Amino acid sequence: MPTNSETPQAKITVRDLTMAYGSFVVMRDLNFEVADKDIFIIMGGSGCGKSTLMRHLIGLQEPAQGSILYEDEDFTAASPTERVKFIRRFGVMYQSGALWSSMTLAENIAMPLEEHTNLTPKTIRDLVSYKLSLVGLSGYEDYYPAQISGGMNKRAGIARAMALDPDILFLDEPGAGLDPLSARRLDDLILRLRDSLGSTIVIVTHELASIFAVANHSIFLDTATRTQGATGDPKELRDHSENPAVRLFLQRGEVTAPSSKPRP
Amino acid sequence: MVLELCGDWLRDGATPEIQGESGDQAPSRYVTDKLGAFDSTLPAFILSQLRSIEKPTLGAAQWKPSLEGLPPNLLGLMELALAVPEQSDATQKPADSSELTKLGKGSIEVWVSVLAVAEFTGQSVLALGRFVTGGARFRARDFWMIVQECGAQALPIVSLISFLIGLIMAFVGNVQLASFGASLYVADLVGIAMVREMGVVMTAIIMSGRTGAAFAAHLGSMKANEEIDALRTFGFDPFDFLVLPRLLALVLMMPLLTLYANCVGILGGMLVGAAVGIPPVLFWNETLTAVTLTTSLLGVFKSVFFGAVIAMSGCLQGMHAGNSSAAVGQATTRAVVTSITAIIVLDSAFAAIFTVLDI
Repeated sequence: MPTNSETPQAKITVRDLTMAYGSFVVMRDLNFEVADKDIFIIMGGSGCGKSTLMRHLIGLQEPAQGSILYEDEDFTAASPTERVKFIRRFGVMYQSGALWSSMTLAENIAMPLEEHTNLTPKTIRDLVSYKLSLVGLSGYEDYYPAQISGGMNKRAGIARAMALDPDILFLDEPGAGLDPLSARRLDDLILRLRDSLGSTIVIVTHELASIFAVANHSIFLDTATRTQGATGDPKELRDHSENPAVRLFLQRGEVTAPSSKPRP
Repeated sequence: MVLELCGDWLRDGATPEIQGESGDQAPSRYVTDKLGAFDSTLPAFILSQLRSIEKPTLGAAQWKPSLEGLPPNLLGLMELALAVPEQSDATQKPADSSELTKLGKGSIEVWVSVLAVAEFTGQSVLALGRFVTGGARFRARDFWMIVQECGAQALPIVSLISFLIGLIMAFVGNVQLASFGASLYVADLVGIAMVREMGVVMTAIIMSGRTGAAFAAHLGSMKANEEIDALRTFGFDPFDFLVLPRLLALVLMMPLLTLYANCVGILGGMLVGAAVGIPPVLFWNETLTAVTLTTSLLGVFKSVFFGAVIAMSGCLQGMHAGNSSAAVGQATTRAVVTSITAIIVLDSAFAAIFTVLDI
């Protein structure tokens, strides 16, 4: 049900979102939009609620207030059965990978395919080994998550998140704990995925190098004020944000002098 | 105000002596001419002195106590320690420990867990409904793995325990019955007790310690590792996917294990019988006359419920576990305690019902 919002076809619209654990408010009054094919970064200091925001976006936690819309369809108000339709378009990678530990990597990636598609086992096998090779893990099909390193688990988690060629890909700290080369490959992978599949990608991270390498839109969650510090292109925010906390964060605290910005 | 620091400040050295008043103001200057070697004890002391003093009204963020006079290496550490102001709202408030508060919190916890059990039972029934109508989805392979784990692999421990239980009952029974010259009735005693009560109860207790705990630990660590969230976001119902196969497997395996335990227990009794002069054939015939089909079905009937109770308390505690390794341990403990309690309570209820129904 399209409404006459100012920017039609925003992929994700968040309105007045307040997140809370019981009576403890994590963040309040979040308002932002993510356009189609954006690479959107959720950033902020540790413990500010970045992952919590992602859990709200994918429906694992309910907003205390406000709503989340996907292509102008209300996700927050949807019934559990309607939500399944939204969720099928998501691919989610969790902080630790969260691979199902009783299954091999191949089975982990094959499971969503077996559940949601009618592909033949042969095609599924091919898809699995293709997805694994995208994250540099070909040959590890028959390993169990416990047999490989944490960074490999993380990459396998990304492969699983991509299994169904999701419309929107959510990645929770994909670069943390990766060596510089793997992190770089990951940035390339994210850009390629966006360009070739047209996915919208939402990333929780505070790795500045990858933020500047991939992102074109972002939100900064400010721990001090418990609300959003700024939204926009991180490169712009680094040089011209009016919020000193945002500049400080994006410049790694190295430059404290406010840079010149023409006041509107 | 001046704070003079003297001598060595080392972990293994003598406790430093404090002379003079600490006052209500931060020292404006430090004198360190006589300061010897120091390790972390010195900066820790200075920090605690500074923290104990009432902070100026302009707020913790702007509070910059003077560090004048400190040697450079100490100055660097102090500056680092004071760089981020103490997060006053991050400090955990000491819990209100009055008896009334404890009582209230305890009652709320009990009520919450009652609600959780009710919700979980309801969900199990709905999931069973979905299973019957073909709507529930889980991997057949998972189901058979669980069947193997809680069926065939439990046989050794069930054999050992039931055999010994049969043996013990026969021994104790024989001591009493022999004094009446009624040793043969050991067969009746062992047969009826085993088939009606001991076989099913012992199997249930073994399974709650073995399998119920395993369910809780497995699901608990899956939860801690976000694997359950991952199931949800890939469109799988964690309840159907994880709880249902465990519930079905245990409900299917418990009656079989119980029948097996009954047989092994009677075998143990037979061994004692042979030792005290009752030939196995005689023992067998006596058992057959004593143990009717109804009696043996009662035990099997109960085992179905016990299986469901064990699987549900294991899965419930696992799914509701917290996100840490300690929480997984607690969940396991709770799973075993609740399932054993539930088994005994349920068994008493069955005993009362069967007495009333006269079977």
